[in-house]
Amino acid sequence: MDGILNALILLSNFVIVPGIAYGSQLAIGALGVTLVYGILRFSNFAHGDTMAFGTMATVLLTWALQSWGVSISPFPTALLALPFGIICTILVCLAADRWVYRFYRREKAAPVVFLIASIGVMFVLNGLVRFIIGPDDQRFADGERFIMKAREFKRLTHFNEGITIKTSQGLTVVTAAIVVIALFWFLKRSRAGKSMRAFSDNEDLALLSGINPERVVMITWIIAAALATIAGVLYGLDKSFKPFTYFQLLLPIFASAIVGGLGNPLGAIAGGFMIAFSEVTVTYAYKKFLAYALPGDWAPQGLVQLLSTDYKFAVSFVILVLVLLLRPTGIFGGKAV
Amino acid sequence: MKKLLVASAIAVLISTAVNAETIKLGVILGYTGPIESLTPDMAAGAELAIKEVSMSGALLGGSKVISVRGDTTCTDSAAATAATERLVTSDNINAIVGGDCSGVTTAMLQNVALANGIVMVSPSATSPALSSINDDGLFFRTAPSDARQGQVLTAVLKDKGIKSAALTYTNNDYGKGLADSIKTNFEKSGGKITISAAHEDGKADYSAEVGALAAAGGQVLIVAGYLDQGGKGIIQAALDAGAFEKFVLPDGMIGDSLPMAIGADLNGSFGTVPGTDSPGAAKFAEMAKAAGFKAGPFASESYDAAALILLAMQAAGSSKSKMLKDKIMSVANAPGTKIYPGELAKGLKILAEGGEIDYVGASAVELIGSGESAGNYREILVSGGKNTTARFR
Repeated sequence: MDGILNALILLSNFVIVPGIAYGSQLAIGALGVTLVYGILRFSNFAHGDTMAFGTMATVLLTWALQSWGVSISPFPTALLALPFGIICTILVCLAADRWVYRFYRREKAAPVVFLIASIGVMFVLNGLVRFIIGPDDQRFADGERFIMKAREFKRLTHFNEGITIKTSQGLTVVTAAIVVIALFWFLKRSRAGKSMRAFSDNEDLALLSGINPERVVMITWIIAAALATIAGVLYGLDKSFKPFTYFQLLLPIFASAIVGGLGNPLGAIAGGFMIAFSEVTVTYAYKKFLAYALPGDWAPQGLVQLLSTDYKFAVSFVILVLVLLLRPTGIFGGKAV
Repeated sequence: MKKLLVASAIAVLISTAVNAETIKLGVILGYTGPIESLTPDMAAGAELAIKEVSMSGALLGGSKVISVRGDTTCTDSAAATAATERLVTSDNINAIVGGDCSGVTTAMLQNVALANGIVMVSPSATSPALSSINDDGLFFRTAPSDARQGQVLTAVLKDKGIKSAALTYTNNDYGKGLADSIKTNFEKSGGKITISAAHEDGKADYSAEVGALAAAGGQVLIVAGYLDQGGKGIIQAALDAGAFEKFVLPDGMIGDSLPMAIGADLNGSFGTVPGTDSPGAAKFAEMAKAAGFKAGPFASESYDAAALILLAMQAAGSSKSKMLKDKIMSVANAPGTKIYPGELAKGLKILAEGGEIDYVGASAVELIGSGESAGNYREILVSGGKNTTARFR
């Protein structure tokens, strides 16, 4: 019995806990992508760098707050700075819409034109972030680092293995749950949310029934900017803030959104967790897990690792290709890509 | 008698006037790129030796030496080749101090130096692959090969009674070469490397890598990476997950920023970095301070690289690469009078009189094999949140 429990604890520590945290971060990011796709009808490649911009604004205010001695220990100060970061990002997104996307919307340009325009916005934001905060790693996490430390867990329970839960991981999951509930309530119940859904389902019909398209677009950008900033700050708290890694995050985020079905919010969440868990489970070495779980002399000699961690990023793309081949609208049935 | 003296004096003057020339040394390092923070001190080290020789007026009948800088970028072989080509063909440099990183150094040697018969002395390229490269006797290095670091690190591990270790390395020439060397040496001495896995630099999340390393297990985790890059990320993630408690840090991981970033959890970890307790190192540190730069990593090796080239010119009686290449080993090694930093004029004088020298220099140079430093290492122990020197090996 102890063996099985140790095996489960081991798996929780190295697979389940990091998987849930990473999955939540991807899910919030993918929600933003899917929302923009559903309502504005294009793949927003600038989303990764919007996350970086929002995180940067939050980091700068966090540093200011830290230097003024403001803190909400044991929580990270960044939570206090988060609303400010969201407001900055909303302004940037609305500016980008005003100066770039609105022109193409009036032209009734094809989605691929929007996509290319969003790549342009991506490069501008990319440069802006590097110009303001620099390309290096920045740390801005403070407060209590751990909810549960492996060593303490071992001391308390007398198991051989321990579980570490970082504060940032706990925060990520709680925040993600709150954000998702709030977003779904907004889309299902509120008037603005209903008009958004109507606009997404059938643009012409929505216009006929008197929905103001510019207002819907504005609300969409506000929500997308808020989601991007929250996802970015949570990711930054959990790992660290470096502009380039946010640019790279774009790929797993898009994979999550597409796997779940673009335009489908529920699919984005499921997709986020699927991508996160497949990355971690396929590259994990199960040697120690099996050694605990199996009777003594069955313990494997090799590492029992399906794929070397070098191929971590390949995993999400194999899934992406398979989904696009077999079910182009995504597992939960969004729009065809 | 008086006439004879005057005549011989005039003869000497004429002969020196004929021989004296302006010798150009290329100092080709990565002034931009991943090691741009190290190269200013390295170049200053090389130029300190160049200035010392030039001012002494003792080289080849009072020849002057000047340096010409070129940028390798450390990573872009095409850029390094182009810069070297320009210095060799249009600036007509006599020899090269450089390159710095192993990949670009190989490209410079194969594309430019071999074709033009130019001697290269690298202060910092440490890839084991450069030991066996076809170089026509033109390539030398004052830095030890990482093959040597593998032996030294194995000795340290054995002294600490470590029998099994997990190993992770940064996914490039340096990391792979060093990891192979550590693995071969450690297993030859009876130890066990449970896993040897690469990691990419510049990622935010290393929990999957640490998961695999932890599953393989081991008493310590050897991290052959970079301290400001993935190496730090791996250590942080391993500590967070409670996967490993002690880390072994090769030269790329030694620096003040690592203990500062990780904190008290790093205490007890240990590693190795090229270094020597020879009197030359202290002397060089003083000279560097007086000249206004820091005797940082590889600065002393750079000084020695430039000094070796210039001393070999004196021994060969020519500033041409094809003549001096055969003399580098003999001026670097015994027998002969030991020459320390700041004594280059003395060395030049002895050579001019037909004597022999054993250049020790700032990094205790002893060239072995195909012309690379035998390597002296400082054993580092992290204690009290600082890198401290345990002993020299």
